Amino acid sequence: MAKEMKLMKGNEAIARAMIASGTDGYFGYPITPQSEVMETLMSEQPWETTGMVVLQAESELASINMVYGGAATGKKVATSSSSPGISLMQEGLTYLAGAEVPCLIMNAMRGGPGLGTIQPAQSDYFQSVKGGGHGDYQLYTIAPASVQEMYDFVFDAWDIAFKYRIPVLILTDGAIGQCMEKCYVREYVPRWTEEERRQNAPWGCWGKPATRGHNIVTSLELESSRQEQFNLKLQAKYREMEAKEVKFEALNCDDADYVFVAYGTSSRIAMKAMQLGREKGLKIGVFRLITLFPFPKNEIAELAKKVKGMLCVEMSAGQMIEDVKLAAQCSIPIEHFGRFGGIIPTSEEVLEALEKQIIK
Amino acid sequence: MAIMNQDIVKPENLVYTKTKVLTDNVMHYCPGCGHGTTHRIVAEVIDELGIQDQTVGIAPVGCSVLAYNYFDVDFEEAAHGRAPALATAVKRLNPDLYVFTYQGDGDLAAIGTAETIHACNRGENITMVFINNGIYGMTGGQMAPTTLIGMKSQTTPYGRNVERNGYPLRITELLATLPGTYYVTRQSVHTPAAVRKAKAAIKKGFENQKLKKGVSFIEILSSCNSGWKMTPVQANKWMEENMFPNYPVGDIKVDGKIVDKVDINRIVVDHPLTVVNQ
Repeated sequence: MAKEMKLMKGNEAIARAMIASGTDGYFGYPITPQSEVMETLMSEQPWETTGMVVLQAESELASINMVYGGAATGKKVATSSSSPGISLMQEGLTYLAGAEVPCLIMNAMRGGPGLGTIQPAQSDYFQSVKGGGHGDYQLYTIAPASVQEMYDFVFDAWDIAFKYRIPVLILTDGAIGQCMEKCYVREYVPRWTEEERRQNAPWGCWGKPATRGHNIVTSLELESSRQEQFNLKLQAKYREMEAKEVKFEALNCDDADYVFVAYGTSSRIAMKAMQLGREKGLKIGVFRLITLFPFPKNEIAELAKKVKGMLCVEMSAGQMIEDVKLAAQCSIPIEHFGRFGGIIPTSEEVLEALEKQIIK
Repeated sequence: MAIMNQDIVKPENLVYTKTKVLTDNVMHYCPGCGHGTTHRIVAEVIDELGIQDQTVGIAPVGCSVLAYNYFDVDFEEAAHGRAPALATAVKRLNPDLYVFTYQGDGDLAAIGTAETIHACNRGENITMVFINNGIYGMTGGQMAPTTLIGMKSQTTPYGRNVERNGYPLRITELLATLPGTYYVTRQSVHTPAAVRKAKAAIKKGFENQKLKKGVSFIEILSSCNSGWKMTPVQANKWMEENMFPNYPVGDIKVDGKIVDKVDINRIVVDHPLTVVNQ
């Protein structure tokens, strides 16, 4: 059977993928530029078809804690928001990470700080991969660069979330959320049956049968030596993910003298800038990050041995560049170029920045 | 001949035992506190209804943060104030489970006010147990939203002052006015008779979940002799004299209707303390 293709917005793709991937529940609060996620879900009424629960909460604080409560029963539970709402959710995210509860969060980043602007930005990189909430924790953070990836990454998210018992963050922006592109849609994956839920989440709070002790989902441990052991266990999990779950895309990097390092919207602009540069005879490649955590440290270190310089392109004042420089150990010139506050740079600007800041 | 322990502790002499829905863990609560008794009667209700395998509890932050160690049912530990949000999702995703929250006054009526009001207003089919002792116990006796006017605490060392600290929050009366609450009551656990009434209220609260008509909200007035700086006996007497006039005991809303004799406007009437604590 031919794959079915539809034209849709990135936000709509997220919502449709949630329904199609057997998601059990979505709890959200409206915020631009991603309100279409909940609007799509509410108009699709998946509770009539797959049985998925959709609820508009009173705040992002409530919605992330609803995610925590529901996901702690071993169900697939998701939410979405944008930067200011994601800031409010940091309390819930650190509890989810601390209690090792799998779940899915989407952040359509907008310009900050504060209420900022509603246009696209990539200035929540630090918040996403350097903690955000308190304590030593990581979210599996994945950055789609197209509507198709918005759709597909929801399916991938559930595999990772339950395999590692970790919250998954899809980090995108209003540009990808709002733009319409073609998207191949998949056959529906049925929601888990009661038996499957119990098999896949033996740790979940789904009612204690006589055959096991009571399950407790908590992030509290008053005994500091045990809390240290728990932290070591979390760190071991993160190291395992760094070894096994890194995703990236290297375009024209083999013969490149220079590379753009970028993710999401910026990576698409960098690809066009690469084309423009190649037309001028410059050997340029693009290294696109797909997972931001785990970060492709080894791949960037190897790339740094081959190329003369890197330009990090990010719609921020320069956040991702810190990890790129660390991975490359500053062995070659690495510079940042970014527009921020909701401004998307042009490909010409990006190429010019490479020529001025790196090639000189 | 002296009677030894082993002569007495025999199955045939057994008249009282630990409820099986409580674990063997030793509770950390202060002697005189109402938490232990309330845990016990909630556990008895779960046992009597035969729903141990269908119950999920949500623990708060505060003195009862470790409630999950004492109930032998599946339990989630919420962030401070967020228990009703967690319970909302647990129940909506698992409508066949019995879901209850267990919170104190700081958790439910200060930091979690929004979650409390909206869960009640949505009419979630859950049971909410609310311990009101007018003080923050775990953090060492600071002012709670329910601290009485004139009452001393670590952050109101000269007594709660309306100009500085505002009024005690009668959140239970406030919640009773919301259409999403089906059963709202205030009880205490300081005498055997009160314990029996409180247990009946909790049982009704759990049984109501079968009706799917909204929140059952059970406030339990408790003393906090440590925080109030009294003996347990003094604290119970002080509670009767000062908490009861400000927080009258009894049903407020039954079967979705405000009880006839209840004046819901009592929400704004404060009674002066007979004697200042400490």
